[in-house]
Amino acid sequence: MDNNLILKLEGIEKSFGEEKVLKGIDLSVAHGEFITLLGPSGCGKTTTLRIIAGLETPDRGRVLLEGRDVTDEEPNTRNVNTVFQNYALFPHMNVEANVGYSLRIKRVPKKEIVKRVEEALELVRLTGFEKRMPNELSGGQRQRVAIARSVINQPKVLLLDEPLGALDLQLRREMQTELKRLQTHLGITFIYITHDQEEALNMSDRIAVMRDGVFEQLGSPSDVYDRPRTSYIATFVGSANIIKGKVVKQTEDSVFFSCCNGTGIAALSGVTLSEESEVTVALRREHLSLHKEKPENAHGFWTVIKEKRFSGGILQILLSYGDDLELISSKQGLDSDMTVGDNVFVTWNPENAVPVDLDGDQ
Amino acid sequence: MKNRTKLPNIYLGIVTAIMYLPILIVIIYSFNESRISSVWEGFSFKWYADLFRDKSILDALINSIILASLSSLSAGVIGTLAAVGMTKVKLRTNSTVEYIATLPIIIPEIILGIIFLLYFSLLGLRFGMTTLIIAHTTFCVPYVLILVKARLAGMDKSFVEAARDLGASGPRAFFDITLPLILPAVASGMLLSFAMSFDDVVISVFVTGVNVNTLPLKIYTSLKTGVTPKINALCTLMFIATIILIMLSAYLGKLNRINTTDSKEETL
Amino acid sequence: MKKKKRKNRPGLSIFSILPLYLFTIVFVAFPLIYLFVLSFLTRAETWGVVNQLTLKNYLGILDPIYLNTFIESFKLAILTTGLVILVGYPYGYFMAKLNSDWRRRMMLLLMIPFWISSLMRLFGWVTMFRANGVLDKFLMMLGIIDEPLKLLYTYPAVVVGMVYALTPFMIFSVYSSAEKLDWSMVEAARDLGATRWKAFVTVTLKLTLPGLLSGVVLTFIPSMGLFYIAELLGGNKVVLVGNVIQEQLMKSHNWPFAAALSVVLMALTSFVIFLYRKITKVKDLEGLV
Repeated sequence: MDNNLILKLEGIEKSFGEEKVLKGIDLSVAHGEFITLLGPSGCGKTTTLRIIAGLETPDRGRVLLEGRDVTDEEPNTRNVNTVFQNYALFPHMNVEANVGYSLRIKRVPKKEIVKRVEEALELVRLTGFEKRMPNELSGGQRQRVAIARSVINQPKVLLLDEPLGALDLQLRREMQTELKRLQTHLGITFIYITHDQEEALNMSDRIAVMRDGVFEQLGSPSDVYDRPRTSYIATFVGSANIIKGKVVKQTEDSVFFSCCNGTGIAALSGVTLSEESEVTVALRREHLSLHKEKPENAHGFWTVIKEKRFSGGILQILLSYGDDLELISSKQGLDSDMTVGDNVFVTWNPENAVPVDLDGDQ
Repeated sequence: MKNRTKLPNIYLGIVTAIMYLPILIVIIYSFNESRISSVWEGFSFKWYADLFRDKSILDALINSIILASLSSLSAGVIGTLAAVGMTKVKLRTNSTVEYIATLPIIIPEIILGIIFLLYFSLLGLRFGMTTLIIAHTTFCVPYVLILVKARLAGMDKSFVEAARDLGASGPRAFFDITLPLILPAVASGMLLSFAMSFDDVVISVFVTGVNVNTLPLKIYTSLKTGVTPKINALCTLMFIATIILIMLSAYLGKLNRINTTDSKEETL
Repeated sequence: MKKKKRKNRPGLSIFSILPLYLFTIVFVAFPLIYLFVLSFLTRAETWGVVNQLTLKNYLGILDPIYLNTFIESFKLAILTTGLVILVGYPYGYFMAKLNSDWRRRMMLLLMIPFWISSLMRLFGWVTMFRANGVLDKFLMMLGIIDEPLKLLYTYPAVVVGMVYALTPFMIFSVYSSAEKLDWSMVEAARDLGATRWKAFVTVTLKLTLPGLLSGVVLTFIPSMGLFYIAELLGGNKVVLVGNVIQEQLMKSHNWPFAAALSVVLMALTSFVIFLYRKITKVKDLEGLV
């Protein structure tokens, strides 16, 4: 057995009534890893987390913690702690009592509890807040208390259920850095839930993109971002453009396809596509180049600029594509010499075009 | 525009004043020197002195306190246990039993009184404190049950989950988290029960024994026979006690409010 | 080393609902059933009942004396409820429009008379209504009347006592549903061209109807049985079903007949609650507790 392995999920299935929420989840997590479960609400990510925590029992499958089967163990006997979505700070206990709760249960001597609570609060930068009640804290402070409460017992794995969901954007960015710092400092394995792809890409070692109770892709952030396996992931993570076409020919490392009165090219190796078959390609916004005149030998197609939009220092150009779809090209800076109604030729680098949905599961 | 906003306030003022009118009269006449309640003969404490010398009233007061305490206490235990238990044991009969349990505050009091009179006679129970406590407990249980159930329903279940997650066993989580959080509701349910029991005439009339008098029964019989201003004095003292109770319950209500707003609600 | 499967373990928890089950069955369900059975039994010569089934008790209610009592009680209950609506509805409505500080203060002000011994309040009215009592003296002093009104032991006195005792229930019910009202909807109706009155009828009244109806139930049901108000303020002039039942039980010792009267009264009140649920489709009475 891999000694570095801390948590293993094997074929987890779970239904609530008629509805099958989890349809076979397999996951191996190494020591000190930061894993994010990313997906829209209702995809089963919270249920997965609750099964790891022991707050739900799976219908089928096993949960192994350091090689020990804990599937049927109660939540209080697992060395796993959770930061709840709404923090779940006990409203009738002050910060000190909240943070020290797990130590009191373990009958740790009082003196030590005081010391460790102090340390934990220092860790989350809340020294001096010991006597405050939860309703006297701001959202961000509550968040920190919840984290302190969960890490004080030095769990093997910390589960975080959309911990930043209730905070505003700026605080969220701050807390992302803070959480990452904490994780590195403590060396605890983090399993983190979010529906925010930016958060997932920023913080994780690996991302599991969930959809309808299964992992659609499990890989590093750059894997998920640069090599999405399906068109769903390509659009959910970083909202890529999706181009559909028919295979014209295939070489050793790329595939040519017809689309929009032009020809596209995408890098592809190891998979053979039959001629005339449909192919779906994901193209990141920032990878589209627009030209007023068709460059020599370039692959791509002609289209029209429908709209220009500025958002966050980035210029987005909407291009017509098909009847009612559109592509978006984005680039830094605020201006370009192109105007709405211009005919432009779109090109891209073959290695930036990723054929998706190759398993036919779309 | 100004008239429009004032008119409702005037209305509220007048109706509220009328509500207090009979209470005010009772209080004023408790200091009346005269024996006849409609004639004012000057200020006096003599009826209070009279009151404290009347052993039967003191006995009735003690009976009332015992009755209200024991009824609200047993209702508190039965109602709280059931409200908590029903979240764990989901039997199909639960809602039926709950419905029957709340009947005593829905059907007219007089019928409840009659039912107990007849039933206790059937059982051959001796009428007195026991029968009073049983009867009062039946109409106290619904208050506790309803309030505690509402509180439990409004409680975020992640509090208990968090406690379990942090290492607490099931019972431990109950005593550390659930119990303290529902306590204000238990307390206000019991306080309401106490007040209802302490004030009850209709049901008590039917189920009391020959030798057992409660304070409202004592007042009731003296209202029917010769009224003495002593009763005014008694009512005034009860008025003060009630105000203290209400202040207490308002305070508990405040506690209730603080704890009900779980963190979820506040962060949104 | 397979651990035992944890699921819901009702083992201990069953003991927590047991007291309620036992208590409710023994002291609420059984007595109700007994009352029902008793209403079909025959009265014994001197004391108690004989186990002989009969419909005589129910037929006895059709006797004009008792039937009239039912009708009179019903009339009084309707009159009382109507007056309670007139007084209580505007009160609850206006109260809900106050700012939150005043709302809290008013609530406290209302709680005090509501929680105070109902007998004490009744006693105040007795003092007031008595011949040459406070009210008579006051009105004569103002020169409105020349002779004492002698209101005590009259029908109006009973009505005042009833309305007074039951109005708080209406206020609480109306208030609790008016408080939840989104006033911007009323403003929207006004904005869309409704007159003040029209906006009130189409929006406010409609949305506070559940509160109003639960208030009606909470006043109508007790008003059939508040025998002590009729007794203390009405003397023997006003006889309610409650008084008859009490008399049959305590004085004539005709238990089966008292039981039959109770069953009919209960059926009437259940019907009112049934109507209420039918109309509002609400399970609990709003503002009950």
